[in-house]
Amino acid sequence: MKKFAALLLTLILCLTAVSALAMEPVAKEDLKIGAILVGDEYEGYTLAHMEGILAAARNLGLDESQIIWKRKIEENASCTTAAEDLFDQGCQIIISNSYGHQDYMNAAAEEFAGENVVFVAMTGDYAAISGKDNFYNAFTKVFQSRYVSGVVAGMKVAELVENGTISPEKTPNNFTADGKVKIGYVGAFPYAEVVSGYTAFFLGLRSIYPDAEMEVTYTNSWFDISAEAAAGEALVANGCVIVGQHADSTGAPSALQKLLKDGTVCYSVGYNIDMLEVAPDAALTSPTNGWDKYYTDLFSAVINGEEVPQDWAKGYEYDAVGITPLGASCAPGTAEKVAEVEAALADGSLKVFDINTFTVGGETVTSAPVDLSYLDWSQGGAVVYAGETVEAIVDGAFAESEFRAAPYFSLRIDGIIEDAQ
Amino acid sequence: MSNPFVSNAPQRRRKLERGSKSTLLLAALAALAGLIGLLLAGAHPLVKWALAILMGLASGWMIWLLTEGNQEEPFLRVVKRERISIWKKIGVRISAIVLALLVDALFILCVTGLNPIDVYVTMYQGTFRTNRLIMAALRDWAPLLLISIALAPAFKMRFWNVGGEGQVLMGALGSALVMVYVPQAINTMFPPETAAGLLSGPVIYLLMLLASVALGALWGFIPAVFKANFGTNETLFTLMMNYVAIKIVSSFFNLWRGKASALGQLNMTTKVGWFHGTTVLGVRNVTYLSTIIFALVMMALMFCYLRYTKHGYEISVVGESQRTAQYAGISVKKVTIRTMIISGILCGIVGFLIVGGKDQTISTATAEGNGFTAIIVAWMAKFNAFYMALISAFLIFLEHGSQEITNAYQIMNKYAADIITGIILFFIIGSEFFINYRLVFRSVRKEVR
Repeated sequence: MKKFAALLLTLILCLTAVSALAMEPVAKEDLKIGAILVGDEYEGYTLAHMEGILAAARNLGLDESQIIWKRKIEENASCTTAAEDLFDQGCQIIISNSYGHQDYMNAAAEEFAGENVVFVAMTGDYAAISGKDNFYNAFTKVFQSRYVSGVVAGMKVAELVENGTISPEKTPNNFTADGKVKIGYVGAFPYAEVVSGYTAFFLGLRSIYPDAEMEVTYTNSWFDISAEAAAGEALVANGCVIVGQHADSTGAPSALQKLLKDGTVCYSVGYNIDMLEVAPDAALTSPTNGWDKYYTDLFSAVINGEEVPQDWAKGYEYDAVGITPLGASCAPGTAEKVAEVEAALADGSLKVFDINTFTVGGETVTSAPVDLSYLDWSQGGAVVYAGETVEAIVDGAFAESEFRAAPYFSLRIDGIIEDAQ
Repeated sequence: MSNPFVSNAPQRRRKLERGSKSTLLLAALAALAGLIGLLLAGAHPLVKWALAILMGLASGWMIWLLTEGNQEEPFLRVVKRERISIWKKIGVRISAIVLALLVDALFILCVTGLNPIDVYVTMYQGTFRTNRLIMAALRDWAPLLLISIALAPAFKMRFWNVGGEGQVLMGALGSALVMVYVPQAINTMFPPETAAGLLSGPVIYLLMLLASVALGALWGFIPAVFKANFGTNETLFTLMMNYVAIKIVSSFFNLWRGKASALGQLNMTTKVGWFHGTTVLGVRNVTYLSTIIFALVMMALMFCYLRYTKHGYEISVVGESQRTAQYAGISVKKVTIRTMIISGILCGIVGFLIVGGKDQTISTATAEGNGFTAIIVAWMAKFNAFYMALISAFLIFLEHGSQEITNAYQIMNKYAADIITGIILFFIIGSEFFINYRLVFRSVRKEVR
């Protein structure tokens, strides 16, 4: 046990070790930042990144003209071209915001090794094990804010059951055969990032209202308004009273707003942006990322020659995640409960994936080894960049985003049913 | 002359209408003046509105003059041109571009309030700001040109091959299959040193090329056989073959991506099957030089093939009339199948060049819609390979320009930028009308006689 603890400590030290930036400090007025974006201002996920970059620039007194945008860049060789062109235009920090950009940012980092520039693949997962000192990843602990949005949803479910709006006798469709309230979730893809997110949401909900079961529908797209709306409608038709989401559009909240107006009891939890505009009655809240925290750290590190983790992950303790303002439909007392939970997550007294709150196949999970290597599945899982295999259950909880910023929780817990993809 | 449009209107009447042409010119000038004034006008919206109303009135006047009925002879007639001089052709096209730029300027100014000149400079810079951008434009130009060249013989034969996208995808899949499975096979079959030698040598590229050619040719062969033997509709057939190819590629994409959320580059560690990079124009790591050279060579070869060879002659005869071809002893069946296989092979090679040279991976977006854009290129160039090179270069210039505009201005999102390039394209395609036909006004009827 001692050996294990020592190993764990070393690992944590390794992974959270801050590395000095592999570049000379850049004077504030000479700094140029290039941002490669998968979308543009008209899409919530990218908008959140752009706002984060702009806010960080404002915090540090940078001018907007010091930022060069590359909008709507696909996840192929055009990403490399965009990165190269940003380098040509004199950028010292080049950021990409989509997971699929990572390989091409990696190639650019290799090409410009030794130059005074760093490449940051946001939400990527192998910078720290790539052996490059000019390549970075970052992710927020958004699973924490998903947990909080689950708490908001749980309060609503409790209210609906208590005041008799839904009951097994009156609205049997809202309950499973064994009397559990049906919850729905629109997920983009069955990746760890999504699994981690919906599990956190469900655990947050169950911390308030334990008798619940959740159905997850995948749209196989990060942004598809009509598919998300259709998935939302289908889940409500199946009896779900709450529909959460991990997909980028306003499709599901606006569909639920319409259904609610027509008299069906259903409420929505969004993602990334405030959904009250499209669903003033149905939207409860949305979990969000506070990207400005990381971007501020990154930019000031480059200006002041400071250090920044090569694989950055922070949550409530750093205000890097949050939820949007509560909608009018939220149950009374929600704001107080949210503040309490957020404070507990920030000081570490509450852990999202506490092993006492969930089971897998009826059993409590006591061991969950996670291989942090980056694998090439087309070559039968050949190792591209070798990483450690770590024990993710630490101190009675699954330590998400501790060993690597990008989520790796992919256990399928009891009480959640995934629809066939 | 038996032209139904020509009537024997009384001389008297013609005299009365003689002024029409100059009136029309006046209206056009007023509209143009309004447009230019609108571009130059300061910020005051009142002036802009006044000028816009002036333009509207002038245009309305023009339309009325052009369409005014109740005349024995129409005010305006359309006559097919017998021939047109090269200078006139160039003149028509240049005026089309100038007009398109003026209309675009109006759009930019009215919708976004930006200075149109700045936007045009930005658009130009999308291709020409640095050598690297020039190379990126060439990288995107070569596949588009190659696919156009591949489709041209089929179109010339009046075989509506809209399956370029699928043929390229299948070609790309051939290369990807070799990249994924051959290294595994070689590593198990040979001792390590031999395997390493084989994998770094030309063998792997040869296998990729062969696999791409085979699959591309197959995707051209299938619809051709059905057309030749059963008279199936080749437009629908080739179109559907695209979707079949997309689904097949998508299955392999999902199979190979395993538990990762995206496929990423193939053979990232070993780089087997990746083209070697060279330095061109000071740009390092250019892995697509071979694609550009191949496109230039194929341009010349296809030009000669269609113009000077027996095959080329057969293709044009089949295209003109299948009966004539049969009468002349040309086997339509054979020519159809042969030509489609050539189309498929070329598209397959494009897939190989994209996977090995440009992307080092495959997805359903590998062909980037170029299989469809190439149809426009081939038709606009009337199957002349050199014109295809110019037109595809122009399309890529527009595309990169629109991307640069999107990057530079928040207010000009991708859709707005695409409207600008779309208007230019519309005018250029529209100008073909004025190259093939000319307008005859009533007052100049004399010339027609």
